[in-house]
Amino acid sequence: MKVELRGIHKYFGVNHANDDITLTIPSGTIQGILGENGAGKSTLMKILSGFIHADSGEVLLDGKPVVIESPAVAIHDGIGMLHQDPLDFPPMRVIDNFMLGQKGGLFPNRVRAARDLRRLQKEFDFDIDPENYVDSLTVGERQQLEIMRLLYLGARVFILDEPTTGISAAQKDKLFETLKKFREQAITVIFVSHKLEDVEKLCDQVAVLRQGKLVGAMDKPFDQKKLVEMMFGKEVPLGTKQTACQDRTVLNLDHVSIEGMRLKMKDIDFHICEGEVVGLAGMEGSGQDLFLRACAGLIRTVGGVVKVNDRDLTGKSYHTYKKHGVEFLPAARLEQALAPGLTLAEHFILAEKQTGVFINHERGRRLAEERIKTFNIKGAPVSPVESLSGGNQQRTLLSLLRHPLSLVLVEHPTRGLDIESVVYIWGKLKERCKQGAAIVFMSSDLDEILQYSDRVLVFYNGRISHPFDANKTNVQQLGELIGGKGWDE
Amino acid sequence: METALILTGLGSVFFASAPIVFAVIGETIAERAGVINLSINGMILLSAMGGFVVSFQTGSLFAGFLTGALIGALVAFIVAFSSITLKQSQVAVGFVLALTCRDLAYFLGNDYMGKGGPRLPAWDLPVLSDIPIVGPIFFHQDLITYISFLMIFLSWMWIFRTRPGLMLQGIGERPASAYVRGANVNLMRYAYTVLGGAIAGLAGPAYSLSVKAGWNGTISGLDGFGWIALAITIFGGWNPLRGAFGAYLFGLLQWLGLVLQPSLPNVPSQVLQVAPFPLMILTLFLVNIGSTEWVERTLAAMPESSRRFLTRALRALRASPPASLGVPFERE
Repeated sequence: MKVELRGIHKYFGVNHANDDITLTIPSGTIQGILGENGAGKSTLMKILSGFIHADSGEVLLDGKPVVIESPAVAIHDGIGMLHQDPLDFPPMRVIDNFMLGQKGGLFPNRVRAARDLRRLQKEFDFDIDPENYVDSLTVGERQQLEIMRLLYLGARVFILDEPTTGISAAQKDKLFETLKKFREQAITVIFVSHKLEDVEKLCDQVAVLRQGKLVGAMDKPFDQKKLVEMMFGKEVPLGTKQTACQDRTVLNLDHVSIEGMRLKMKDIDFHICEGEVVGLAGMEGSGQDLFLRACAGLIRTVGGVVKVNDRDLTGKSYHTYKKHGVEFLPAARLEQALAPGLTLAEHFILAEKQTGVFINHERGRRLAEERIKTFNIKGAPVSPVESLSGGNQQRTLLSLLRHPLSLVLVEHPTRGLDIESVVYIWGKLKERCKQGAAIVFMSSDLDEILQYSDRVLVFYNGRISHPFDANKTNVQQLGELIGGKGWDE
Repeated sequence: METALILTGLGSVFFASAPIVFAVIGETIAERAGVINLSINGMILLSAMGGFVVSFQTGSLFAGFLTGALIGALVAFIVAFSSITLKQSQVAVGFVLALTCRDLAYFLGNDYMGKGGPRLPAWDLPVLSDIPIVGPIFFHQDLITYISFLMIFLSWMWIFRTRPGLMLQGIGERPASAYVRGANVNLMRYAYTVLGGAIAGLAGPAYSLSVKAGWNGTISGLDGFGWIALAITIFGGWNPLRGAFGAYLFGLLQWLGLVLQPSLPNVPSQVLQVAPFPLMILTLFLVNIGSTEWVERTLAAMPESSRRFLTRALRALRASPPASLGVPFERE
């Protein structure tokens, strides 16, 4: 289906979120939409999928002007949107999710729906049990389910919002394969991302948005340097790598066993030195999260000895670990690390040592202003933390870390952030390393792992590889291990 | 003789539990849509009074039950309007309405205190009531009790087996997703809250025209039914079948309290009367114990075989509330 956008304008108050966007996407094309966070990508996609209405301008599908009142009308017109956090119903079954919203009689035919779902799965080589619950699926599988559901409802245009965030490398390959199949069926794909590599790998043509304007378009093959320039208006330096200093051991695991609800890990031996960065690779849910939480004292280990700075902390609580200089930054920033409803200033007061009964608001404001400046946070001392963008929330978290620290454990340090924030956050983390902290982080982005770690551990189904030197390994080798190839037995 | 007595007693448990069953099903439907209707305790008192007065005046039992349902629907509409349209706190509005309705019932019903009025006659279902054991327990009841049986089944069917029911689950779970799939979230929430209110409203007349006919003001023994129904809704995991089981369990405990009284002369009678309430709390505790962190920690340290069994058992019991319960929906 051919999609045309003509002269789209959208204002939020004084903010001109979309400024005269005109774009034509031929049928069966994979169109990339690049841009920084806040460039107006999401607004444009929400207009196209019926979530919000443009102030002026029109949308044409196959040459016919359409009025997209609501997401339900959009899907009726053949436009399906796959949200970054799939809009499904996690506590319900896969088959119920698939059927929910389909038209038909009072009693839905579960057997037929399951059969249709299986047929679609076979076509795209997906493997999801219809009777499974959605909250036990990975983000990648939930995406696959949504894709099949939208396809079943007759979507001819797919909008994908940052689809490669939070899924494994293997799932990403499968997603790309699927989208390439769409091309043959004349289904149009609009791929919204700030990841240059993904866009380069997949898209036929690219449009770049900056500050609400369409600043450029390019066909294959892409000139990466030029794209970056278009996105940011300037060139962004990518971080440099440090060699590991094999000094004092910060964390030492000796024959440690960890048991979670679904996974068990036995006999882990691991140590990390001052100033070192270790990346944890693997499919989501292969044990990295358990490993990090065990290192932070958030889950109790079942066997073995955990030592932080040569002190035995086995079985101690998170607070004891904190006292010994361990910090944990979870992936769910807003839910688990920050306190929604409190302002930036209040966060800094909370993080300080408490003196007296009453809140010293003046001091909080001063602290906040100072940190906002040093950490380049886009926000004011009175901004509620949930009003900040993901990148600024992560900066806030970093600015809340105490001095000095011996060990920082990070889940997905840059998930969902734009390139500028990524570079900035890693700069700050590396600064901590220079000051003597060790960093362990997990990420589903192999490039990030290879670029920033000194050593890499691969997780597969609760098993942990021996540490790889990040300089001597590559995406190919890690990718195979992540996918379960090359493990003995 | 003994057996016959026990069977009649068990039958009376189903009979006496009908009001709680209606309240639980009504609340389950409203909460499935994402609206907590905390007013039901007062509302049931008001509908019991209203239902009795109307059928006392008109002589029509049907009018009495209809009044009960209408009162329930009206109070639920106030909850829906203030929480969905005015975006007020459902908890605050519900509490205030619970107290207001209760006092209103006592005030308006004052003139009808202790008056003898109409009562729903018993109706043994032909053929079915002759079945041994099952017959005396289930089919020597009155019409409203049969309707309560039917209602359990129908509401379960609607929520879990029909297309609109699937959407109902979705609306309570994640309204944003339901909206994308074409649901008019707020309209549906209105509809289900009012429908749930009407069903819960039947609890009043089911009591004042059937279980304990008449209106006796503060000594009706009906005050508290609504609160226990709210607890049973949670225990029932927002599932009408489990909810009904909870209601009958509560009824059974109350009946046992009465039956055991003569054989336990040393226990003060108040203890047996109140026992069902703490027992319900204990049940709630057991249902939700699996999701607490210290239990997970304890389980993780247990030997493999017993741990697996316990984990499974606790997970089967555990029920998670509709994720957006009490949260207003705003489209972007």
